[in-house]
Amino acid sequence: MGRVEGKVAFITGAARGQGRSHAIRLAQEGADIIAVDIAESIPGMERFYPGATEDDLAETVRQIEALDRRIVATKADVRDFDGLKAALDRGVAELGHVDIVSANAGIFMFGDQTQLVTDSDWQTVIDINQTGVWHTAKAVIPHLIEQGTGGSMILTSSTAGIMGTPNVAAYTASKHAVVGIMKTLALELAPHSIRVNTVHPTGVATNMILNEATFRLFMPDQEHPSQEEAAKVFQSTNALPIPWVEPVDISNAVLFLASDEARYITGTQLKIDAGYTLK
Amino acid sequence: MGRLEGKVAFITGAARGQGRSHALRLAQEGADIIAIDICEALSENTYPPATEEDLTETVRQVEALDRRIVATKADVRDFAQVKKAVDDGVAQLGRLDIVSANAGIGGTPHHSEDIPEDEWKNMIDINLSGVWRATKAAIPHLKAGGRGGSIILTSSDAGLFAYENISHYVSAKHGVVGLMRTLALELAPDFIRVNSVHPTTVNTLMVQNEGTYKLFRPDLENPTQDDFAAAATTMNALPIPWVEPIDISNAVLFFASDESRYVTGVPLAVDAGAAIK
Amino acid sequence: MGRVEGKVAFITGAARGQGRSHARRLAQEGADIIAIDACEDQPNIPYAGATEADLAETVRQVEALDRRIVATKADVRDFAALKAAVDEGVAQLGRLDIVSANAGIGVNPLSTDEIPDEVWKDMLDVNLSGAWRAAKAAIPHIKAGGRGGSIILTSSAAGLRAYANAGAYVSAKHGVVGLMRTLALELAPDMIRVNSIHPTQVDTDMIQNEATYRLFRPDLDHPTKEDFAPASQTMNALPIPWVEAIDISNAVLFLASDEARYITGVTLSVDAGSNIK
Repeated sequence: MGRVEGKVAFITGAARGQGRSHAIRLAQEGADIIAVDIAESIPGMERFYPGATEDDLAETVRQIEALDRRIVATKADVRDFDGLKAALDRGVAELGHVDIVSANAGIFMFGDQTQLVTDSDWQTVIDINQTGVWHTAKAVIPHLIEQGTGGSMILTSSTAGIMGTPNVAAYTASKHAVVGIMKTLALELAPHSIRVNTVHPTGVATNMILNEATFRLFMPDQEHPSQEEAAKVFQSTNALPIPWVEPVDISNAVLFLASDEARYITGTQLKIDAGYTLK
Repeated sequence: MGRLEGKVAFITGAARGQGRSHALRLAQEGADIIAIDICEALSENTYPPATEEDLTETVRQVEALDRRIVATKADVRDFAQVKKAVDDGVAQLGRLDIVSANAGIGGTPHHSEDIPEDEWKNMIDINLSGVWRATKAAIPHLKAGGRGGSIILTSSDAGLFAYENISHYVSAKHGVVGLMRTLALELAPDFIRVNSVHPTTVNTLMVQNEGTYKLFRPDLENPTQDDFAAAATTMNALPIPWVEPIDISNAVLFFASDESRYVTGVPLAVDAGAAIK
Repeated sequence: MGRVEGKVAFITGAARGQGRSHARRLAQEGADIIAIDACEDQPNIPYAGATEADLAETVRQVEALDRRIVATKADVRDFAALKAAVDEGVAQLGRLDIVSANAGIGVNPLSTDEIPDEVWKDMLDVNLSGAWRAAKAAIPHIKAGGRGGSIILTSSAAGLRAYANAGAYVSAKHGVVGLMRTLALELAPDMIRVNSIHPTQVDTDMIQNEATYRLFRPDLDHPTKEDFAPASQTMNALPIPWVEAIDISNAVLFLASDEARYITGVTLSVDAGSNIK
């Protein structure tokens, strides 16, 4: 029997990267999936990395169905509460309930000293990474409370939710904020046996960091740093001798927190960071 | 008027280094001092021990500020010695308000699995249990005064995060945070505040010695102070290799004074930003 | 296939309670076990110690799962005994991958300034230094395997925050976090991961005893389990008085398994939210 057999998981940012990996890992262990993704590029982000597409989201659907699990996928933006709620409500109507929440959708924009960050970049990052997590919680909590069967919410923060990094102000602020949201929700929802925790990855091998703009953040002297060169610098930030972790490593932590094996874990910040925050 | 006018402070490890600096700074602001130090060699240390002459020099410097001081040779591993020194000091100076549990050793670097049993035990006994014994000896006097008080435990940046090759030191200094938090809870009803200070590298003999140089520069056979300075600077966010004892003393003074009257249970890093790097 | 199939786990304090539960859970998922326990009444501890019959029962339960177990009566205060037990276990079982440094003693409630020196020292010797000795005995074997490994130190909610009248326990469990962080840094190059677990109250003999009941219910002369439950529940955010040993075992299993292959240096609370209250 799967470790989350018969449960339904709501995952934001599920078109690719960590979100798709979470969907697959939870489905492998028996969960059905409600997936949302903006599935388009966001103004301002192209200079870092391209946005997810509708094809990406369709590929997530294909992979979940290949596991013989059901999935309800919708193109929706976590900044748009009504759209997000409608997507979730439709998923709950089709799949019967929702038990697990992975608030995973996020954006990484960076590179300017804090006083030079533009209003639009700042607002985009805060709207998606911080307000988006709140919207996700706000949409799902009524379902969880009404069902009365507990639940597990996993909010994706970052090592940037624990430590600072120069020239990454908005992202760092938003990921610290996720911890504040988590702690508040954990207290508010504990009487309903709904658990709320954060995961804090170091660099994960996805489009979000495997791009030249991110490499330059770590190697500002080089015009076109290669992935091989970047790997060395990334590795120097981790304690374990690896440059980055894979999406499945975050998914395994999400799975643990989602499962009943973690039935009494709430309010916890779980780092999957190869020792990044130790160094 | 001094910021600690009329108060009495008990300081362990007061013969030199940070302890002497705390004694002078608190005395400058009006406090009388009860000072202890082991004034003896400790086998684990790769730097010369404090001596009775050092303690005498602390006495001389405090008295030069026109403050009183009762100084005793005593070892924080021996509760009876610590208690007697505090009791004598309070008998002579009339009260007790402030504790700076500062005595500590640096230890010799080893990988965790290579630390000899006696070095591990001695480290815990001095840097953690010794801090507890200082508070234990002082608390009855603080309570008896009925005026509250302030206990400042010297932990370290190594009480907030880890450094390789000194797990006994890191364990002891993390333990000090646990002790600080527990005492803060227990003593709050008596308005006795308990906080900890967490220095980065401080410019004293405890770090200015070849053992520490080697800990920071395992790549060099005979590292010098300059070699160490370069490595120590990378630890800190501010572009400095180390802080001075007076910087820790100023933090201790803040905690000791009524300026921090509602601050308790707080770990204060005086660390040039090492903890955020 | 089990989640730790083919691996060998060394567990201290394995005769009963959390330790036995860890042994069983890891064995269910395919691990062989090296188990030790002092199997004796402990001085200064307000509940009966584990017995040799308890350890034999752990052996029986692991063998009933068709896994191998090498169990030895050994005390974490005694490095030589600990090392002999691990060496013998590895000789018989062929490798070592996982360490659960679980042995610990509970709180005899006293305000921190009233703890006798021998009680303080014993607490640190078992709950802090014992974890270090377990790691020290195991590390050479894990390194020799060249496959990496996972060391899980059992701290406590009291390793992250304080409780009044548990000063020695809180200090020791904070110290365990320092040890964990140092080991994580030192062993990362060998892909040996080191993490700590921080349980709230667990339903074992260590807390289900009158001394713990009195710690939580100082208002009652002879508090019972029923009196303790609501007081214990106020510590937790989730509406439960305590967690079960299996909940800690599931967290140990996760950290022991390759699912956590890039998790190191982490404090994992299994605490029903007590740390955020």
